[in-house]
Amino acid sequence: MSAKKSTSAPERIRLFPARRRFLAELAGAAGSGCLMALGAGLYANQSRALGAQALRPPGALPEKQFLAACTRCGLCVRDCPYGTLKLATPGAPAPTGTPYFTARSVPCEMCEDIPCIKPCPTGALDPALTDIAGARMGLAVLIDQETCLNFLGLRCDVCYRVCPVIDQAITLEKQHNARSDRHAMLLPTVHSAHCTGCGKCEAACVLAEAAIKVLPAPLAQGKLGEHYRKGWEEREKHGGSLIGDQLELPVRGLEGKPYGDSRVDDTPAPPAESAPGGIDSGWKP
Amino acid sequence: MSAARLGQDAIARKGWFAAHKWLLLRRACQAGILALFLAGPWFGVWIVKGNLSSSLTLDVLPLTDPYLLLQMLAAGFAPAATAVTGALIVAAFYLLLGGRVFCAWVCPVNIIADAAAWGRRRLGIKSSRPPDARARYWLLAGTFVAAAASGALAWEWVNPVSFAHRGLLFGMGAGLWFLAAVFFYDLLVAHHGWCGHLCPMGAFYSLLGKAALLRVAAPRRAACDDCMDCFAVCPEPRVIRPALKKAGQESPVILDTLCTTCGRCIDICGQSVFRFTHRFDQRSSS
Repeated sequence: MSAKKSTSAPERIRLFPARRRFLAELAGAAGSGCLMALGAGLYANQSRALGAQALRPPGALPEKQFLAACTRCGLCVRDCPYGTLKLATPGAPAPTGTPYFTARSVPCEMCEDIPCIKPCPTGALDPALTDIAGARMGLAVLIDQETCLNFLGLRCDVCYRVCPVIDQAITLEKQHNARSDRHAMLLPTVHSAHCTGCGKCEAACVLAEAAIKVLPAPLAQGKLGEHYRKGWEEREKHGGSLIGDQLELPVRGLEGKPYGDSRVDDTPAPPAESAPGGIDSGWKP
Repeated sequence: MSAARLGQDAIARKGWFAAHKWLLLRRACQAGILALFLAGPWFGVWIVKGNLSSSLTLDVLPLTDPYLLLQMLAAGFAPAATAVTGALIVAAFYLLLGGRVFCAWVCPVNIIADAAAWGRRRLGIKSSRPPDARARYWLLAGTFVAAAASGALAWEWVNPVSFAHRGLLFGMGAGLWFLAAVFFYDLLVAHHGWCGHLCPMGAFYSLLGKAALLRVAAPRRAACDDCMDCFAVCPEPRVIRPALKKAGQESPVILDTLCTTCGRCIDICGQSVFRFTHRFDQRSSS
């Protein structure tokens, strides 16, 4: 290098025109190649943000892994006997080419032999899933309590009746109907421990727009912090409180009551009509 | 070189069919493969299921695109044995036969690219601003980097090859725009722009063809009358010169891995200079 130090830039161009052209061409090739790859990468990244909207076939790996594993070959689509699955085209709610289904139009029929998993060549649909009840395609959420007929006090119950895991994945929970004040409301309630996300409830919902919808689990579920412990569960596990017996301090006025019982006296609450309060108090400024 | 003249000499000397023999065979091969895939969804005759990314033939033979499998590994996923077996079978096939045989005889985008090239000749579009032909290798490397960085098969979001084949079998949707983009890019912007300069899949298969047995050669190169028809019709014109004009090699065999083994030069040559042969065939008229 030191021997060539004296040559100026134009001189070097004159001396090595072939090398200069080669480098320019190489830079051009590298530039266009990398630019396209970068564009594809950015597009892929942006599209992946949409991934969580789609319901995947049973046994699908978690979304991030699934997008590395799925070849988009459609063998699962071909072996679905009910035409539930389809491959996403650009603009569909799933990354292009990946299998998904729309619960509202064709839900999963939960075949016992899970024929869609068998042909998957890569394991993007996990062959370890052999019991369809263990599938977690999504999670049903009663998303609109304002329109759900059961919440209005009627007895629709359709989502509950069509559920393949009836009385486990969806139960009807009895509650007082405050509007009529004399009836019960039987509220469809989803339990994540049993819901497979098959989508039959959403498909069957009688409303113009389903009040119960199946969402991909990450959209539907909250998550406790890793550090979070439920005191009552820990106490159960350890056969007693972890912090030992609590110090009992005397509370004036509550002598003679069991510790923790803070009710002042046993007289019943005053009747409602004596002093209406809050928004019903009739008070005017 | 006018469109009307290209191949006229060959047709006059050999007759129309002999001057289009390999082209017709190639179209039949492309259509036949597509028909095998389409027989299932269209007529319920399930011979091949899936698509070019991964397929299952007669419920026994698994095939997987080795390029896709490598991207999968780059993305950090270890695929199941079926996919690995399928990719090895496909890789072995193209290692033997010639990597870019895929491009000319199987890939559905070839029909789009050939249509654009034909349109160029018919419309007399001469201007061409192609990127450097090595851009495809950078793009190939880029797809692996993108897979590793995103942890997903990033290239599959935009790959026109899988868009075309999957679209025909499972529904095209807006994928049609990607294919239209390839067509108009090839027609209006760059001669053989996509397949000949950018496609990383073609780049991958060209690397796979380093030792391919099936090759095109120019054993009768002494008879060449410099009409340039082969250069005009070849999708990768630079591969012809070394074999035809002894530029840097004595062998009459086209050894460049970018040759797609399409056989158009064989058809178009009025002097019957070219023929299909194996890579060790050194017979030559000069």
